[in-house]
Amino acid sequence: MPEILSYDFMRNALLAALLVGAVAPLVGIFLVQRRLSLIGDGLGHVALAGVAVGVLLDNQPIITALIAAVFAGVAIELIRVRGRTSGDIALAVMFYGGIAAGVVIINRVDGSQSSNLTSYLFGAITTTSTGDLIVFGVLSAVIIGVTLALRHRLFLAAGDEEYARASGLPVMALNITLSVLTAVTVVVSMRVVGLLLISALMIVPNAASQQVARSFRSATLWAVLFGMLSAVGGVVTSFYADTAAGGTIVLLAIAIFLLVAAVAALVTVATAHRHRVSERHPHEHGPGCGHEAVPHGDHVDYVHGSHLHAPHGGHYDEHADHATYPGATDPSDQEHVTR
Amino acid sequence: MRVTAVHQDSPLRGAPPAIRLDHASFGYGGRPFTEGVNLSVAQGEVVALLGPNGSGKSTTVRGLLGLTDHIAGSVEVLGTPLQDLADRSRLGYVPQRHTLSSSVRSTVREVIATGQLASRPWWRRATAADRATVTEAADTVGLADRLDSDVATLSGGQQRRVLIARALASRPDVLIMDEPTAGVDAANQVVLATVLRRLAALGVTMLVVTHELAALRGIVDRIVEMDAGHVSFDGTPRQYAEHRAAVSRAADAGHHHHYDVHHHDDEHDEPSGVLLSGAGPMDGPVEDGES
Ligand SMILES: Nc1ncnc2c1ncn2[C@@H]1O[C@H](COP(=O)(O)OP(=O)(O)OP(=O)(O)O)[C@@H](O)[C@H]1O
Ligand SMILES: [Mg+2]
Ligand SMILES: [Zn+2]
Ligand SMILES: [Zn+2]
Ligand SMILES: [Zn+2]
Ligand SMILES: [Zn+2]
Repeated sequence: MPEILSYDFMRNALLAALLVGAVAPLVGIFLVQRRLSLIGDGLGHVALAGVAVGVLLDNQPIITALIAAVFAGVAIELIRVRGRTSGDIALAVMFYGGIAAGVVIINRVDGSQSSNLTSYLFGAITTTSTGDLIVFGVLSAVIIGVTLALRHRLFLAAGDEEYARASGLPVMALNITLSVLTAVTVVVSMRVVGLLLISALMIVPNAASQQVARSFRSATLWAVLFGMLSAVGGVVTSFYADTAAGGTIVLLAIAIFLLVAAVAALVTVATAHRHRVSERHPHEHGPGCGHEAVPHGDHVDYVHGSHLHAPHGGHYDEHADHATYPGATDPSDQEHVTR
Repeated sequence: MRVTAVHQDSPLRGAPPAIRLDHASFGYGGRPFTEGVNLSVAQGEVVALLGPNGSGKSTTVRGLLGLTDHIAGSVEVLGTPLQDLADRSRLGYVPQRHTLSSSVRSTVREVIATGQLASRPWWRRATAADRATVTEAADTVGLADRLDSDVATLSGGQQRRVLIARALASRPDVLIMDEPTAGVDAANQVVLATVLRRLAALGVTMLVVTHELAALRGIVDRIVEMDAGHVSFDGTPRQYAEHRAAVSRAADAGHHHHYDVHHHDDEHDEPSGVLLSGAGPMDGPVEDGES
C-alpha cells in the first residue's frame, strides 16, 4: 500500500477530493453556458457568513453555510429576474457583505489568529472526518442525481431561455434549481479547495473540456474527468510536496487546461491539410442534391467532379486525399460537372 | 408532420382555426402595445405577417406563446383559449434571432432534441421514436449530414434552419416563425424558402413574420400587415400588391412624384417567379407528406 493510503485522514481526503472533483465541473458547465462563471465565487462569499454563524453558535458550520448559500442562490435568481441594473449592485452588496460579516464574526469568536478562518477560505482537506465524508457523500449524490435528471432542461434553459419559456418549461424553477445546486456544490467544496477557490474548480475543468469536446455531452464527461484528475492529483501532490491542498488542486487544474489547449492547438496545425477549404460553393450539398454521397468514417463526403467535399461547419473541406478519382484537375474547373 | 393537408379554400369541416385573435391586445408590464388585433389562421394555411420595425409583429406572435402579456381580447389556439392551453408543444416557435448561443459546445442533434423536452415529463428519457423524429426534422431542413457538427461552426443560415428543426422536433400543429430569413444571404434564403415550401406542402400551418416577402413568394396563402400595433391590411398576395400600389400612388400624388416609376412592389403580383421554378440547384425533391 502506498504511504499516502496508510493514513486515515488521507484516505478521507482523497475520497472527498474525488467527490468534489466530479461534482464541481458537472454543475459548473451550466454556469459557463449561462456566462455566470463567477456566481460560485459570490455564493462562496455568502457561505462564509453562514460558517461564521455556525462558529458563533458552536453549531455545525456546514449546515449554517448550506442555509446561507442556498438562501443567496435563490436571492440571486429573484434579483436577476427583475432585470434592473440595480440588481447587479444588490448582488455585490450581498456577496461582500457576506464575506465581511464572516471575517468579522469568526475573528471575534476565535481571536485574530484564527486558523478556522483560513481553513474555510483556502480549504483544509486533511481535517475531513468520516462524519464529514458521509455528509459530503450524501450532498454529492443529491447534486449528481438532480443534475443528471434535469440536464437536458438545464441545458435548454441556460442556452435559450426565451425558447424554453415558449415551449412551456418552468424556466424560473430551473434557474433556481441551478442556483441551489451551485450553492450546495460550494458548501461541499468548501473544506476541499476553500471558499475563495471554489469557482476555479467549477470553471477551469470546463475551460479545458471545451478544447477537446464536440458535443455538450462529451464536454460534460471530459470536464468531470479533468476535475477528478486535478482534485485527486492535487491532494497527492500536496501530500508529497507538502503544499496547501486547495491551491495545489487549482494550479493542477490550470496546468491541465494549458496542456490541453496546447495539444488542441498542435492537433489543429497537424490536421490542417485535412482542412483545406474547398472552392466557394453555389449550393449546399445534401440528400438528393445531385452529388453522390459517400459515407466516410465519421462524416459524409460528396463527390464533386473529381474530388470530394466534406461538410465542415459552414463550409466544405477538400478531402482530396480519399478521392476515388486520382489526378483531379483544378477544382474550380469541375464546379458544375456533375449537374 | 401530424397535420393533415388542408387548403384555405377547402377548410376542414368543423375544424377550429389554428389561431384566432379577436380584439386581442398584447403588451409589456401590463401596458398594451398592440390593440384590437383581429387575426385568424385556418389549419393548413400559411400567413405572412408584415410591417415596419416596431409595429408589433413580434409582440403579437410572442403573445401567442405566452412571452408577452395578454391584456385584452380573446385568443384561441386550435380551439382552446390561450390561458387554458396546457400542451404548448402544439405550437412550434422559431424566435427572431440570428445565431445560437455558443458559450459551450453543442451539436445540431442536441439542440434540435431540446424541442421535445416540454412534451415529456422530466423523468422520461427520449425514446427511439423521439430520436428518429430529431433526425427527420434535421432532414426536413437539409441538415441531416450535420447532426453531429458543433452548432457554433455553422453559418447563420444553417443556424436558422437548426432553429426551425428544433421547432419541428415536437411535431407541432402550428409553426410560428419570427423572421426566419432575416440576416441570411440570397443563396441561403433560397434554401430556407425550399424548406418552408416543403413544410407547406406537408400541410403545416404557418405564421411567418418577415420583411422579405419575395423570398416566400408562392408559399404564402395570405398576407397580414401591421402598423403601430394595429392590423392595417389582411388579404391575398394579389390584393396586397394592389393595396401597396394604391398606397404608393397616394404617396406619389401627395408628393407630386412621377407615379410611373414607383412600381417596385409589383413583383408580389406575379403568381410565381424564378425562385419557384423548381429548377434551382437547391431544389431537392419535396418529400411527400407522411408521418
Ligand atoms: N421587452 C420589452 N419591454 C417593453 N417594450 C418592448 C419590449 N420588447 C419590445 N417592446 C416594444 O414593443 C414595440 C413593438 O416591438 P416588436 O418587437 O413587436 O416590433 P416588431 O414589429 O417585431 O419589429 P421588428 O421588425 O424590428 O422585429 C416596440 O416599440 C418596442 O419598443
Ligand atoms: Mg420582431
Ligand atoms: Zn474545414
Ligand atoms: Zn451537391
Ligand atoms: Zn468542388
Ligand atoms: Zn472524407
